[in-house]
Amino acid sequence: MSRVSVRNLWMEYPGQVVLERVNLDIASGEFVVLLGPSGCGKTTFLRLLLSMERPTRGQILLDGEALPGEPGPDRGVVFQRYSVFPHLTVVENVILRLEFASSPLFGKLFGAARRRAIAEADRVVAAVGLDAARDKYPAQLSGGMQQRLAIAQSLIGKPKLLMLDEPFGALDPGTKLQMYELITRLWRDEKMTIFMVTHDLKEGFTLATRVLTFDKVRIDPQAQGAYGATITYNLPLTPRRPSPAPPGAAS
Amino acid sequence: MPSRIINRRPGRAGLVLAGALPFVLAIICYFVFSALRQADNPNDKLLPGVTALGRAIYAAAIVPDVRTGQIQLWADTLSSLRRLGLGLAAATLLGLVFGVATGVVPYLRAGLSPFIAVLSMIPPMAVLPILFIVFGLDELSKIVLIAVGVTPFLIRDLALKVGDLPNELLIKAQTLGASTWQIILRVVLPQIAPRLIDGVRLSLGPAWLFLISAEAIAASDGLGYRIFLMRRYLAMEIILPYVAWMTLLAFLMDWVLRRISRRLFPWLNAPET
Repeated sequence: MSRVSVRNLWMEYPGQVVLERVNLDIASGEFVVLLGPSGCGKTTFLRLLLSMERPTRGQILLDGEALPGEPGPDRGVVFQRYSVFPHLTVVENVILRLEFASSPLFGKLFGAARRRAIAEADRVVAAVGLDAARDKYPAQLSGGMQQRLAIAQSLIGKPKLLMLDEPFGALDPGTKLQMYELITRLWRDEKMTIFMVTHDLKEGFTLATRVLTFDKVRIDPQAQGAYGATITYNLPLTPRRPSPAPPGAAS
Repeated sequence: MPSRIINRRPGRAGLVLAGALPFVLAIICYFVFSALRQADNPNDKLLPGVTALGRAIYAAAIVPDVRTGQIQLWADTLSSLRRLGLGLAAATLLGLVFGVATGVVPYLRAGLSPFIAVLSMIPPMAVLPILFIVFGLDELSKIVLIAVGVTPFLIRDLALKVGDLPNELLIKAQTLGASTWQIILRVVLPQIAPRLIDGVRLSLGPAWLFLISAEAIAASDGLGYRIFLMRRYLAMEIILPYVAWMTLLAFLMDWVLRRISRRLFPWLNAPET
């Protein structure tokens, strides 16, 4: 289960309100796409979901509990860039989650434990289609392959939420289509809740089960920062493909 | 053959030839002027000829000293390299610990970085008298001088590099469940290690400077001690080979560090496929 509730959320910086009065309920297993113009607060909202920042007012609940104050393994993320570790090969990047979990002192596994971790990682690497590149460094991968790696790296920890911050923004159209297929398949298999920020309307409506748009509803021409953005549209989409699992029936 | 000079490139042999040319010219120049001066005055001390140089090198590098029984050049080299190595090792260790700590932990950064910024402005040579008073005239004061001179630069260089790491990577590591310690060990250290080696390479020049200065002022052996001692006798035939030898040592250290960096960090220049 990974139900997200947002209660009267405000995000203010000195002299500027970025988000105001955000209220939201997202059922487990939704694919939520956040749309809106640049600077409308959708990325800020994603950062709040990740606990990269704390809201000035209100709260975000994950399965009824307040979010922890810092990023953690319950919420995975794929950024547009810098999502993978350049000094590790594909497999090493993917086993990192397992190494962090079971080796507090060294953050590294050795011997049989490492072989078991690699076997598990290989399954995930294969699931994102990177088996042929498993021993390469990120610099040797194309942009699309790097994003696949970033997704695999997050998936192995089975996070409740997966945050995607314009993950396909830097990819060419053909690669984007492949990535749509991949992320849809993984979302369906893993039954995660996904939040994705994008500029691309078509992309948003292709992938989402729910589209959220952020915009300012009040504007003070004398003080542009006086009012913040909020959710202006909250559109549930009728899935054109079979739903992964009806909400509630997953467990 | 392209007509513009910017499009003309030397081949393999051309590269070697062009690279060797200045060295050959400098050596030829030296011996021409040396021969001219020797012809003028056979007792000239300033530009010794091949025989004088050869005899001095033989005496310094091959025959044991009559008084000490040691081969002078090797004994000097060993003492100097020991001081240099210990000083640089201490500086590297301190630089790494404080650089990473101030780069990663905001509270340590807030507390320490203004202090380190001011410390790094103290001219190291100005504290040399203090070091001599506190640590005595022996090995320790020289090692400390090198460490004092190099450490602040390494700390600031590494802290900057840690600050330059994309924030996304640190967030990503946290979403993979990493603790602060695990982030330092698996994310920060491996990525700044190449910069540490580069920092040490850049510090080689200052380190030699501090070494030779300290040896010139108070020492009983070492490369810097020797050339300043020989100055009293105008013994250019010893000073010149010593300078060339120190240059070679510094160059080799730099080269070895560069090789280590390439060997240890294959991801830095992994071949594209």
